[in-house]
Amino acid sequence: MSSKKPMVPSTDSCASAGLSMRKVALAVAGTLLFAAAGSALAATPPTSQVNTTHLAVTDNEIIVGQLHSSTGTMAISETGSIEAERLAIDQINASGGVLGRKIKIIQEDGASDWPTFAEKAKKLLEENHVAAIFGCWTSASRKAVLPVLERDNGLLYYPTFYEGLEQSKNVIYTGQEATQQVFAGLDWVAKTKHAKTFYLIGSDYIWPRTTMKLARKYIETVLHGKVVGEEYAALGSTGFGSTINKIRLKKPDVIYAAVVGGSNVSWFKQLKAAGITGKNHTLLTLSVTEDEVKGIGGENLTGFYSAMKYFQSLDTPRNKEFVKQFKAKFGADAPIGDVTQAAYEGPWIWKAAVEKAGSFDTDKVVKAEETGSISIDAPEGMVYLESNHHLKTRLRIGEWRSDGQADIVYTSDYIMPNPFPKGY
Amino acid sequence: MNTFYSKWLGGKKGVIELAVLAAFIFIVLPLWLDIFRLNMVGKYLTYAFAAVGLVMVWGYGGILSLGQGVFFGIGGYCMAMFLKLEASDPVSTARQTTPGIPDFMDWNQVTSLPLFWEPFHSLIFTLIAVIVVPGVIAYVIGAAMFKRRVSGVYFSIITQAIAAILTILVVGQQGMTGGINGITDLKTLHGWNINSNSAKYILYYVNGALLLGVIVLCKYVLSSKFGRLLLAMRDKEDRVRFSGYDVANFKIFTFSLGAAISAIGGAMFTLQVGFMSPSLIGIVPSIEMVIFAAIGGRMSLVGAVYGTWLVNYGKTAFSESFPSLWLFLMGALFIGVVMLFPNGLAGLYNSYLKERLEKLVLKFKQSGLFKKLNPVKTELQNEQ
Repeated sequence: MSSKKPMVPSTDSCASAGLSMRKVALAVAGTLLFAAAGSALAATPPTSQVNTTHLAVTDNEIIVGQLHSSTGTMAISETGSIEAERLAIDQINASGGVLGRKIKIIQEDGASDWPTFAEKAKKLLEENHVAAIFGCWTSASRKAVLPVLERDNGLLYYPTFYEGLEQSKNVIYTGQEATQQVFAGLDWVAKTKHAKTFYLIGSDYIWPRTTMKLARKYIETVLHGKVVGEEYAALGSTGFGSTINKIRLKKPDVIYAAVVGGSNVSWFKQLKAAGITGKNHTLLTLSVTEDEVKGIGGENLTGFYSAMKYFQSLDTPRNKEFVKQFKAKFGADAPIGDVTQAAYEGPWIWKAAVEKAGSFDTDKVVKAEETGSISIDAPEGMVYLESNHHLKTRLRIGEWRSDGQADIVYTSDYIMPNPFPKGY
Repeated sequence: MNTFYSKWLGGKKGVIELAVLAAFIFIVLPLWLDIFRLNMVGKYLTYAFAAVGLVMVWGYGGILSLGQGVFFGIGGYCMAMFLKLEASDPVSTARQTTPGIPDFMDWNQVTSLPLFWEPFHSLIFTLIAVIVVPGVIAYVIGAAMFKRRVSGVYFSIITQAIAAILTILVVGQQGMTGGINGITDLKTLHGWNINSNSAKYILYYVNGALLLGVIVLCKYVLSSKFGRLLLAMRDKEDRVRFSGYDVANFKIFTFSLGAAISAIGGAMFTLQVGFMSPSLIGIVPSIEMVIFAAIGGRMSLVGAVYGTWLVNYGKTAFSESFPSLWLFLMGALFIGVVMLFPNGLAGLYNSYLKERLEKLVLKFKQSGLFKKLNPVKTELQNEQ
């Protein structure tokens, strides 16, 4: 194994205060020796041992599936995830693979069509016997794939921030569920902007609806603020004139937005045309990452805020290394958004779990994941996989600049994932 | 017996066509494919219902409907509502704020089952609704259009608009319909696990049998006086009208028939794929269904089935082998078929294979067996 691993699974071990330095040093040296011996011996355990469920594992190869839309309306969003997962898998292969086996990818195109997603997932699991699938983006595609995963006992790593209300045995959610994105962001905006009145606007489907439901309750009961308007625009709609008029009339302290896809471009352009900019209004959005900014144009967003767990501009050595590797592979113009980074985490978490389980079998890998002791050093910082299949992460608030990058103005503490919030 | 043979099955030629198709669906495909691929073909064959419906509506009726997905979807949604209610018993939904209602309603702050969902607790009601609801909707649309003599391209545009409207309605009313995610996570039909392998085999055969049944029914309709009127209307509508027929009523009937046929496909889709979503009722799937019929040959009922199978097989095969190039290959397939065989697969058969077959038939005619059958045939021809 090379010493220059970009990401190392780590276990929480802290030396108790009572131990002397020497003892600690000895213990560390001992552990290292043991680990070295262990890894040398267990580098490539026999296939019969690591695979008892007829997965596509040979003595030197393991096959995984990749299932995103490379065609259709979602292709523009999912391309980043496809690239990030490839990068992670290439890096894992370069550092020796998983349990001594190189990862081979079978890529399928979900074509932005939910039945196709179900069909391809089934193909990957029943024909290719892949050990894991990295894929899906929209909730609709995940919901379509879910019954297939549960029937064939497959394993999906899902990268998108989403509405929660789900915890399948067969899915690891590397994006934030709704509570992780909503509460800390609202706290921040209430505190720093002294906001009391909120205007909620989202696209009309399950994720914005659920998110706004949480937000309204939190604003009313915890922040003792007031929601002065709540509105949903049809998916793909491009006319926000009446909404903008209502915003002008109600004069909310904060515009809280979850508008997605192509609507985003019209929404922000029309806001700017109506004179609502970062200079005179506070707008906090949950649905704009670097990928979207590329389409919207940074000049239309300047001074607005996004609540995400990751921004490309994050100033840490780990992230700089990641950004450099990503750009080297996919071009200097390729933006890295929140979901792209979350997609990059998928293969690494899978690797860590497989190595902990010492097996590729879904049940054993899931069991290892449910111990709650898997963590990885991701570009966003350390993330911890909790027993409820979601990641414990931080939330960051980014203020958009005209060049399409964000200044990170706030970083929260670690937030426990809670896909089924009580009382909401 | 003779009427059945000539009218329902379409004579000797018809019997051969049906026998070949039946052999293809019931024997060749199941022997050739494993259950996973067979289930996929089962899914393709549900689209074939819509294509067969389009052969009737478009090929024979001359009414190009670009909204066939609407009826496919309504049929599918009716079935999905029944299955979803069965999957949402209070025990398995105990985690929800309101147990006993479908999960997506709970997520959307709906606290009681909407009234129009109630009857879908009954399987019998559901099965009737699958056919009747789309039929009635098609009747209403048809009556509104054809009575006013809206036809041709205007009718096509309106059907397309209806497909768009229904999609927006379903997506917008997500508390009652599941929105863009659709109705997912369907498990059992009256306690019978529809996701098991045996269920998949059974559903495949039921689907195939229904499809053949629908084709036979269509053949009967076409061989009747009604079928002749339909053709006459397509070619010279005014002449039929001046002869004293109410053209609109015939069109309405055909349109409703096509709708009901598509809806059966939709219901079978839900059963075999395990969910239903608005992505199957919009403009794109509706146009795809027209492509299936066009590739198969829009005047051929069995051709529509082969056309559907070929296009979907191509979609799957191309997209598996070339995940980023496959759309271009599909485009090439469409262009190729339209340029080389403008009448689809059926046209290909008619212009290249038919002659050879007819030579064989000629040989057969000279044999003794034919002379026995011959009087019957001439008698029938005189009748017509």
